[in-house]
Amino acid sequence: MDDLVQEFLTETTENLNALDSDIVKLEQNPNDKELIGRIFRLVHTIKGTCGFLGLPRLEMVAHRSENIMGRYREGSLQVTPSSVSLILEAFDRIKEIVAGIAKTGSEPSGDDSALIAKLDAVFEGKAAPVAAKAVAPLQPVASAEEKSLRVNVDVLENLMTVVSELVLTRNQILQILRTQQDSPFTAPLQRLNHVVSELQEGVMQTRMQPIGNAWSKLPRIIRDISVELGKKINLDMRGNETELDRQVLELIKDPLTHMVRNSADHGIEAPSDRVKAGKPEEGTVMLNAFHEGGHIIIEISDDGRGLNSDKIRKKALEKGVATEEQLKAMTDQQVQQFIFAAGFSTADKVTSVSGRGVGMDVVRTNIEKIGGTIEMKSVWTKGTTFTIKIPLTLAIVSALIVEAGSERYAIPQISVKELVCLSDRGENKLEKINGTPVMRLRNRLLPLVALRKVLQQEEPAGNESRSQQVIVVEVGANIFGIIVERIFDTEEIVVKPVSPVLKNIPIFSGNTILGDGRVIMILDPNGIANFVNSSVGIDAENRNKREETRVVADSERKVPLLLFRAGEGSLRVVPLSLVSRLEEFDCKNIEISGGQKVVQYRSKLMPLVPFSADVKQKEQGSQSVLVFSDRERSMGLMVDEIVDIVEERIDIQVTSEDGSAILGSAIIQGKAVDVINVGHFVSTVHKDWFGSTESFQSAQKDGHKKILLVDDSPFFCNMLSPMLGGAGYEVVSTRSALEALNLCRNGETFDIIISDIEMPDMSGFEFAEKVRSNESRWKSTPLLALSSHATPQDLVRGKAAGFDDYIAKFDRDILLKTISRMGDAA
Amino acid sequence: MTEKEETASGGSKEFLTVAVAGQVFGIPVLQVQDVLGEQKVTKVPLAAREIAGSLNLRGRVVTAINVRHRLQLPALAAGSKTMYIVVNHKDELYSMIVDSVGEVLSVPDKDFEKTPATLDHAWRDLSLGIYRQKDNLLVILDVPKMLESLCMRDSDAA
Repeated sequence: MDDLVQEFLTETTENLNALDSDIVKLEQNPNDKELIGRIFRLVHTIKGTCGFLGLPRLEMVAHRSENIMGRYREGSLQVTPSSVSLILEAFDRIKEIVAGIAKTGSEPSGDDSALIAKLDAVFEGKAAPVAAKAVAPLQPVASAEEKSLRVNVDVLENLMTVVSELVLTRNQILQILRTQQDSPFTAPLQRLNHVVSELQEGVMQTRMQPIGNAWSKLPRIIRDISVELGKKINLDMRGNETELDRQVLELIKDPLTHMVRNSADHGIEAPSDRVKAGKPEEGTVMLNAFHEGGHIIIEISDDGRGLNSDKIRKKALEKGVATEEQLKAMTDQQVQQFIFAAGFSTADKVTSVSGRGVGMDVVRTNIEKIGGTIEMKSVWTKGTTFTIKIPLTLAIVSALIVEAGSERYAIPQISVKELVCLSDRGENKLEKINGTPVMRLRNRLLPLVALRKVLQQEEPAGNESRSQQVIVVEVGANIFGIIVERIFDTEEIVVKPVSPVLKNIPIFSGNTILGDGRVIMILDPNGIANFVNSSVGIDAENRNKREETRVVADSERKVPLLLFRAGEGSLRVVPLSLVSRLEEFDCKNIEISGGQKVVQYRSKLMPLVPFSADVKQKEQGSQSVLVFSDRERSMGLMVDEIVDIVEERIDIQVTSEDGSAILGSAIIQGKAVDVINVGHFVSTVHKDWFGSTESFQSAQKDGHKKILLVDDSPFFCNMLSPMLGGAGYEVVSTRSALEALNLCRNGETFDIIISDIEMPDMSGFEFAEKVRSNESRWKSTPLLALSSHATPQDLVRGKAAGFDDYIAKFDRDILLKTISRMGDAA
Repeated sequence: MTEKEETASGGSKEFLTVAVAGQVFGIPVLQVQDVLGEQKVTKVPLAAREIAGSLNLRGRVVTAINVRHRLQLPALAAGSKTMYIVVNHKDELYSMIVDSVGEVLSVPDKDFEKTPATLDHAWRDLSLGIYRQKDNLLVILDVPKMLESLCMRDSDAA
């Protein structure tokens, strides 16, 4: 029998039983609106489903009964015992038919015209005919229930938990047994072992559902899309019967639907385009599910147009998720990963189907949440394939038990690719680049991370002569090795959530109790990957950002600079890192509010400031604007023309007075240019825009507070030193964190330390940790982070590392105020 | 807790007394689920200092809190014996590590005093009040607050 019909029968039988008692209640309380409403809805549901399944006889009876219930509901018909009897009679008939369907799989033949005539008569308001005598004694409608039984999910969940405990206890007993020889318990325990395994399997089975259940709605969705968009799409679903845990199934239902919808909408082309491209008119979206080594693989592929990397590049630039420089350095494959970034949609138009830019990021998050992975391969004009890998169940996982720093941990087997034993000789040797461990694995360099280091455990007192093993793990498209000291066994473990007081540690996904009764933490490969991110690079975006900063540092600290023209005089220049975006606004959109030019930008009003009075305000066309932003605030600087982006080393000659628009001049490509003082423009807006009218003159009175400035960029050192000097501070600047730490060792003291975050050799975060460490003499000196990429995560990370505050580089007003406040507090 | 209002009446309350660094503390007896001797605790790296680790109590994972650390007291010398008081907070089990466990005391409400304002704030925050005893003072621990504050502070540090 069709699954759908089977489900309908189970549901209807249940509903009918509820209806019987409801109707009887109705007879006693004929004015109970709520009750009438409920009955009406139930009948309506039955009618609706019948229509859908093609059961005309059932539909007819249900429909007429619904009519009467409708009049009851409106209050235009009195509930009388005789009419209630009639409705009961109708329900009996429905039951009869349902029973027939359950028996034969199709509607039994029969004549309902007499009943329908009676129902219609009541509906039209005629007196109900004398209550018909009870219809033929009813067969209990149980046949549908015999095969399937509805059980509350909680009951199953609870059963599962209990079985999990039983499995643990069994493991424990087996462990004890291993140490005993010739125990009389051996044989019965063997049996117990088997029974428990079978029980576990059985209970797991109750939670298993074919993946086809999650797919049942897809044909309809595809059909609707085809009609709406005028496409021809064939949906090919394979591996319907592949079973997986109900909980997992629920969690992937929406992501799957979303992806299929995406494939049909974005992927498959219009028939005419397909013919032009030499493809069959009808596009195919294929779903394929199968088991592979303890997890389920779901492939969603289409033979559509594939992802257009150029378009994504453009979009990425537009959205500001990457700079042109970064994009240039990326492969197509890397660029395509941007579709997983939040708010990214490459559809030209927002259709009702998709293109709102919510989706793929959510899809990825949902899949990763259940310990799965998602990969994408796309070839322009050929199509796109997504491969999702998810665990069969969330409750019991197979895990590898490892040891690091004398504690044991579990790593879910799903992400383990292979195990490698490190040896001093031969190919599997640990090598180091600048202290970072790596190893060669089949002609590939594998980045390594020591678990001990991730967990911040003490180094062993001895040397590294202990044997070391590497677990090669795969998270998303990244492969890296985790160094552990010992590898034990694989064990089936029951994942228990960690206590709320430990929730914040992203390295752990849960904990469990091992066979020997000890509690161990379960490592989250995703969390480790994020930790490793700093050395390996997990997504293309971050990797590129890092590469770029490294290049800047290596090539004698060249700074990317933005050249632009504004007003009369020479070219102007500003370090690109200070500019958050370049925008072109249509002049029509620039409005005046409170005497200030503003423009709607990212659903907020952004103040616009002309570079100088002689920047021509255009009447039409578009206005070039440099956008500076820091956390919630942003402002636009209107310029005449953006000329170029160059990477140059600049020596800046500070010539200007405090607060002027030009900081100084420099020579770039043989020409003299003016270096603009971003702080000037930001503070002009901020003063009246953000209410920070308070002046920073108070800094002066602090006299000779000593400030240590740590920044690898000579540009910023040159820019900040005179500025701070002007505000009455004594400034010592160093070009690296190591240099600064040397000063500390030499006994220098400072009132305030200001440090950049992105620096070669040692980052600002590490520097802060060192400064805040116990043996540091500077551990109570106020520490201020200064950077141009301030995200909320940076703020949090900075705080955790020991920074007292976090200020954007160009925000000089705030900078001076903060320094003044800190100096007072110190 | 409503000790304040009840001080006038002649009622009394029951507390389990525990000792931490020479100070006697009281834990409302209804909050105590179990008292355990020395346990095998699995350390949790990266966790806050006060979290001693996790332990297995009849198949449930219990988070152990070091009360000495929470009260900013020096750690016990290595190898010293400790006791574990298991409490249930929002359906999660926690176990408070203390130096030793005394007895269950019934103390009259009239002996209740508010926490002195001059107490170190780490203590003041976690104390519900003081009972005057004949030979010593009984500081009542606010266990839910102690655990709650750990959860909060932890998410701050993230």
